[in-house]
Amino acid sequence: MSFVGQLKKSFAVTKKDLFIFYLKGPVLISGILMPSFLFIAFALGRNLSLSFLIPGLLGMALFVTVSSIGPVIAPWETRMKTFERLVSAPITLWAIILGDIFASLMFGLFITFFIFIISIVLLGVEIISLSLVAGTIIAAFCFSSLGLLVSAPPTDNPSNIMMLQSMIKFPLIFISGVFVPIDNMGNWKFISYISPLTYYTDLARHSISGTSNFDPIIDLMVLIGFSILFFTVAIVWHKKSLTRRF
Amino acid sequence: MYSIEVKDLTKKFNGFTAVDKISFMVKSGELFGLLGPNGAGKTTTIRMLTGIFKPTGGIALVGEYDIQKKPLEAKQLMGIVPEMANAYMDLSALRNLLLMGELYGIGKKERVEKAENLLKLFGLYERRNNKVRTFSKGMKQRIIVAMGLMNDPKILFLDEPTAGLDVESVRLIRRLIKEFNSRDITIILTTHNIEEANQLCDRVAIMNHGRIVAIDSPEKLKSTFQSTASIEVAFDREVKVEELSFGDVVMDMKKVGDKIRLYGKSTGEVIPRLVEYSQAYGNKIISLNTLAPNLEDVFVNLTKE
Repeated sequence: MSFVGQLKKSFAVTKKDLFIFYLKGPVLISGILMPSFLFIAFALGRNLSLSFLIPGLLGMALFVTVSSIGPVIAPWETRMKTFERLVSAPITLWAIILGDIFASLMFGLFITFFIFIISIVLLGVEIISLSLVAGTIIAAFCFSSLGLLVSAPPTDNPSNIMMLQSMIKFPLIFISGVFVPIDNMGNWKFISYISPLTYYTDLARHSISGTSNFDPIIDLMVLIGFSILFFTVAIVWHKKSLTRRF
Repeated sequence: MYSIEVKDLTKKFNGFTAVDKISFMVKSGELFGLLGPNGAGKTTTIRMLTGIFKPTGGIALVGEYDIQKKPLEAKQLMGIVPEMANAYMDLSALRNLLLMGELYGIGKKERVEKAENLLKLFGLYERRNNKVRTFSKGMKQRIIVAMGLMNDPKILFLDEPTAGLDVESVRLIRRLIKEFNSRDITIILTTHNIEEANQLCDRVAIMNHGRIVAIDSPEKLKSTFQSTASIEVAFDREVKVEELSFGDVVMDMKKVGDKIRLYGKSTGEVIPRLVEYSQAYGNKIISLNTLAPNLEDVFVNLTKE
């Protein structure tokens, strides 16, 4: 059972996820509207430049969309009695998780691509560094892995996971320099370092305005580190919880 | 040559022993039934054999592979229809089968061909592009069984494949089970339906409280219970069941519709007593049949508390 063979099976899982969960009008529309509304709610009435706000919007859009549906796939499949069939096929657990991650990643990138286009065409924002493109893909993988990690508890109730996910997702948005520069956080600044979103927002800010708290290479390396950590822990936790799903 | 070899297979959940050191072997091409009441450990056994649950102890060889050491290779040989499994409701019948083909590493051309053949075989070809959500229960179960056959399995696990289905779907699935078995596919059938096991299986194992309490061909199991031959009698008026105990001649009795079934060591002892009773109380016997033990009797005897 080769690694490439398992990767191909991962893509079969990705296709399945896209058809069932993502390629639906309401999901696509809410993928754009949700981060946009959040952005407008926080940006309106504040005297901040577009070059500060757009990186925050990019970070939030990618983070919110990528982690919106991925976490509910496992509980949903458990409830619908399709998960047992999936895990009894000759596919490894890591390949199933990777397939779910790829589906989230593709959805997040699709939505974020729109925001890129709107930022460039309508708002005239210049993207100075192409490292942002690489960073966006890595960050999408990272955030999606975090979502899959959150879905490890062996419940068949998607709303339980959504609640858990919200408890993690929204605090991370507030501590990651999306709306408030982390330099303004005073003594609480160190909290932002535990959030992977901080590094993506920082990378986006560097690419768009040329200013950042960290070197872009550090941002990329930390995002890769978080990705490996989240992906590995997701596999271990899902393996542990598998028996209790049935 | 055995397709499945199980030795001392055990599964415990937080100290509760769901499967307790069971051992059995299934020959290649055999249709093997697993019978037992709810909670007997049938589904847990199947889940260990299909690599979903890790056994607490013991060994299970599927084909030539140890399911714990070579799970992917073992799974490649299997087709699985899990109990209560579902197809993906928001995918079409065809797409469900193609997904299974991809998960088993079947090439694109071959999987399309196989999927279409299975859809025709299961009478679903005309509805191949409809979402499974729109199917009747029988059609859903047919697509679920078809999904288990996409990889041309050498060993097919069927966990309650006909439970709750309409007569037409039950007949179709039973016919196909026989047909696949005749193609040398080893089939492990878990069922609550004793008559189904009686009709289909070469051998059955009866499980209770996580253990195998009997394992043999249905006919041999029945013959071991000849001592519990029964008589079914109907009178022209209502009779109290307990009046027919006749001392220790009748071991057990129960009302079955308008008849009374009496279980005794020897029908020869019971019949004269019934005739005496009829004459003494003026209750006319309107029918009297001697019944050979059936698999249900065997099952009830082995699994009763």
